[in-house]
Amino acid sequence: MDWTQILAAGVLATIGPITAGYALSAIGLNLQFGYAGLLNFGHVAFMLVGGYGVAMTVDFGGPLWLGVLVGIAAGVLLGLLLGIPTLRLRADYFAITSIAAAEVLRLIVRSSWAQPLTGGVFGIQGFADDFHGLNPFPVRELFGIGPVVVTGRSLWVIVVGWVLVLIATLFVARLMRSPWGRVLKAIREDEDATRSLGKNVFAYKLQALMIGGGIASLAGILFAVDQQSIYPAGFEPRITFIVFVMVILGGAGTIWGAVLGAAVFNFLFFAIDDLTARLQANVDVIGAILSPAEAALIKYVFVGIALILLIVFRPQGLLRSRDEGRGDAS
Amino acid sequence: MQAELAIAPEPGVAKPDPVLTVSGMRRSFGGLRAVDVDRLEIQRGTITALIGPNGAGKTTFFNLLTGFDAPDQGHHALNGDLLVGIPAHRVAQRGMVRTFQLTKVLPRLTVLDNMLVAAKHQPGASFRGALRGGWRQVERQNEETAREILDRFGLSSMADEYAGRLSGGQRKLLEMARVLMVRPTVIMLDEPTAGVNPVLIQSLLEHVKGLRDAGMTVLLVEHDMDVVQSVADWVVVMAEGHVIAEGAPRVIARNPAVIEAYLGKHRGDEVE
Repeated sequence: MDWTQILAAGVLATIGPITAGYALSAIGLNLQFGYAGLLNFGHVAFMLVGGYGVAMTVDFGGPLWLGVLVGIAAGVLLGLLLGIPTLRLRADYFAITSIAAAEVLRLIVRSSWAQPLTGGVFGIQGFADDFHGLNPFPVRELFGIGPVVVTGRSLWVIVVGWVLVLIATLFVARLMRSPWGRVLKAIREDEDATRSLGKNVFAYKLQALMIGGGIASLAGILFAVDQQSIYPAGFEPRITFIVFVMVILGGAGTIWGAVLGAAVFNFLFFAIDDLTARLQANVDVIGAILSPAEAALIKYVFVGIALILLIVFRPQGLLRSRDEGRGDAS
Repeated sequence: MQAELAIAPEPGVAKPDPVLTVSGMRRSFGGLRAVDVDRLEIQRGTITALIGPNGAGKTTFFNLLTGFDAPDQGHHALNGDLLVGIPAHRVAQRGMVRTFQLTKVLPRLTVLDNMLVAAKHQPGASFRGALRGGWRQVERQNEETAREILDRFGLSSMADEYAGRLSGGQRKLLEMARVLMVRPTVIMLDEPTAGVNPVLIQSLLEHVKGLRDAGMTVLLVEHDMDVVQSVADWVVVMAEGHVIAEGAPRVIARNPAVIEAYLGKHRGDEVE
């Protein structure tokens, strides 16, 4: 059993584009859910429109930078369109509508009649050459510390991804330390009380949904550009719930909680994945019971157990003080 | 209020200087007419108590006045400006601010932040203002005001605690203190003494009188007749959605229609 390799697999995922992307998505959801209290169960849709925004724009002959702008604009616009009819409703109705909207969007994108535009189930490939062309690192060279090694190609995505994470975090921090952010938190605590103090609750919730949507669209853009590929199966509802887990794990409503949650989640997820794969291959008893495909699913069981432990022992998340977590509603 | 004694104690009577006027306001839920008020005026600078048995429509009436619910018919005006179709947050911005029967503090905000969130004229409370910055000057002034008010309400030692840690009575005080940050002209208190420790009630009522003495108009829903007698300048009695009586507290306590509404009608009149 090579524990160094297992840890390295976890670390590689933690610093990699996958964590940077999920962190961006979690920062957006943290703004919506952690601060404004919006139960956005359709969060993956913002990633979808971001990714497809860039892929389709380039596919139709537009430049990559325009595609990025289109992707962000699509995320903001989706927030507006989703929010206007639903944010006046009670929180549970918004939750249901948002998950439905996300699924409708995914099904439209994968439908055969949308194939000329979106590529249907096969998606769109090879639209991010311009991005990789800007790479200042030698593409084939390996960079690394000890067993954690990445290619020059990955390093470029990693640098850009984490710079975006930093910018998004500082942006949200600036907003949340302002009186605007305080109103959002007040809405999370009690909508009617906030309304009674002269605040236009609907407008604030709409703004939070749009800004969070714009940030989450960056996650979709980053994933699409990194992989040079986008397809509808990457935007199933479970992505939304993984991002929720990350936000709650790190501490909903804290500045760095979203990033920490994404990092810890991915570290555990990929380290466990590596561990189970090795156990399956090297330990005869386990290999006899589980096929490689089955072993690959075990990680979800461990994630589930880890989450139960988290909710039992630290329901307020890693970064939030117990006092703040307790603040009983009445 | 000596001036009030000159006003006839009858439902819908005109007041010399009404801050709030209501006409023909109706609100039904299915077949139930919850509120049916032909005419009501609230005199500026007084404490008016709205009383009535359970289900009389007091809270619904409150919701209608503050924009939390919309009437089927009728209208009301604040300082002569119609409030028809004006959403709740605008009503508050125009100077009529309410509290709630079930106290609504913002538990995971500090007591000070509970106050600051209510502050009027904070440019940083808009998205653009927050990005642009430059709101800290106003924030400092607001914080000064907030700490002054908290001091007056005996909450200054709790300023940096989460509001979720306050006791029931302290929450009522915070809710009342917070209203002042909006700089209201009319304060609507929905059962300010409900669930408050009896020892605290007197000090709470002193604060209510303090609001009036500072020039604000107070309209409060109240169940406890002792409280009404000690604090109100004028009493409006509702039953089954109607205003059935109004007058000075002493007069109201002897009014046969009020006694009937609270204690039930004579057997002979019972069919309706």
